[in-house]
Amino acid sequence: MTGNSAKALALPLAVLLAFEVWARATHLQSDSLAPPSQIVMALIGAFADFSILAATRDTLFSAFTGLAIGTLIGLAFGIAFGISDTLNRLMEVTVEAIRPIPSIALLPIALIALGFGYRMEIVIVAFACVWPILILSRAAVRSIEPRLMEVARALRLPPAQRIWKIIIPAALPRIFVAFRLSAGIALIVAVTVEIAINPLGLGAGIMLAQQALRPDLMLAYLVWIGIIGYALNILLTVAQQRLFGRAALSGDSP
Amino acid sequence: MNRTALVWRLASFAVAASFIALWQLIANLKLVSPVFLPGPDRAWAALVRGFSAGDLWSKLAGTLEHMTYGWLAASIAGIAIGAIIGSSRTMRTYVAPSLEFLRPLPVSAIIPVAIAMLGLTQAMALFVIAFGAIWPIMLATIHGFAAVEPRLYEVARSLQMSRLAVIFKIALPSASPDILAGMRLSLTVALILSVVCEILAGLDGLGHWVLLSARAFRSADLFAGVILLGVTGYVTSVAMSLAENRLLAWQAAQR
Repeated sequence: MTGNSAKALALPLAVLLAFEVWARATHLQSDSLAPPSQIVMALIGAFADFSILAATRDTLFSAFTGLAIGTLIGLAFGIAFGISDTLNRLMEVTVEAIRPIPSIALLPIALIALGFGYRMEIVIVAFACVWPILILSRAAVRSIEPRLMEVARALRLPPAQRIWKIIIPAALPRIFVAFRLSAGIALIVAVTVEIAINPLGLGAGIMLAQQALRPDLMLAYLVWIGIIGYALNILLTVAQQRLFGRAALSGDSP
Repeated sequence: MNRTALVWRLASFAVAASFIALWQLIANLKLVSPVFLPGPDRAWAALVRGFSAGDLWSKLAGTLEHMTYGWLAASIAGIAIGAIIGSSRTMRTYVAPSLEFLRPLPVSAIIPVAIAMLGLTQAMALFVIAFGAIWPIMLATIHGFAAVEPRLYEVARSLQMSRLAVIFKIALPSASPDILAGMRLSLTVALILSVVCEILAGLDGLGHWVLLSARAFRSADLFAGVILLGVTGYVTSVAMSLAENRLLAWQAAQR
């Protein structure tokens, strides 16, 4: 295993080293590239004056708030559609009409309705997160072992308890997969909104660095955004394995 | 059975229609300021006007063009690179982990870098769209190549097929479901990035149109643009599933 991870690291390290040597040898003067050592220095500098930390907080706050709202809405509809086939069929056209709207197309609407700031970003992130959760939780509820539902009926559980005690626990592993997907989407959408228009967070930070012709800082932001995306993914994958074991990964098709 | 499905479908359309009616009612009663929320009648009128008199066609064509070119470039490059990496065990151990590391990177973060390199140009948009759309395709191709039934490779070895022949005759066909699924994912990515690039770089397209409409508080035009983007997303994904069914028909028949 260590041999394999060494091999995995070989390429990025070689690329970084080659780039560093090339940049130094040619005395690189560029608006878009900077040698890795300068990128690292810029990243340290941005940490030292807390600017990147504040930006990270803003981005993650918007992304997670939007994710939470989107998850709640998606879960409510997903479970309702999963339980009631009638409701699902009646809402089909409506859902299929709204779902393909690219989340970022809502940006101008959110902009004139809510103005710049956290709120418009949260709304767009929430919209983007609703769909994967809705679709996957609906599928999860539908695939619950029918005998469990019979037990619930035999016990005469009221609907609220049926959802809380039977349906959610049974569907939870697959719902968590949906949540993991949505968390990635939330971060992507938040950063995209910030880059496109919202003067907030990491996306705005990287745009500012570009406009200030600071390629080292711009690439430092890029690296940092990559690290956050990677860390979030790892964190949720580990959480998934811890909480639900290997079984949860079986429904996890790429 | 078919009949009941049709009835359900009609009922479902009726529900959607009643939502539109509700939207009309809210707009008519001015529960939400008409500056933000035009009724469906005004959005529809803006759509018709945009197509008959305005330049909505050219905006739609612009967005479709960005999206298609970027997506096609990503598909070709993604399948080619994926095939090269996927068909060699050495490449898989050395290169694939770096790609997996890059995958969760929000691709839009590459936009400022692309702007710094290429300026606010069409080339920048194409680069960003292709860069964003390449990941699902490339990773799906690598995955598909790695998951090819090993016995097929053994057959190829005993037939002494060349590496190219193995790729085209064995690996690509058996990886095609994965590749097409990746291409479908990429289509959405390409549409989103087209809109973002148009907004940022002011390129001719629906993204630019909705932003301008929002800036001028022409909400009917804005909604018309958003509706059109939704239709674009829907039509392209339906076209992709049709193509997928068509291209994979031989596999369904085989199983």
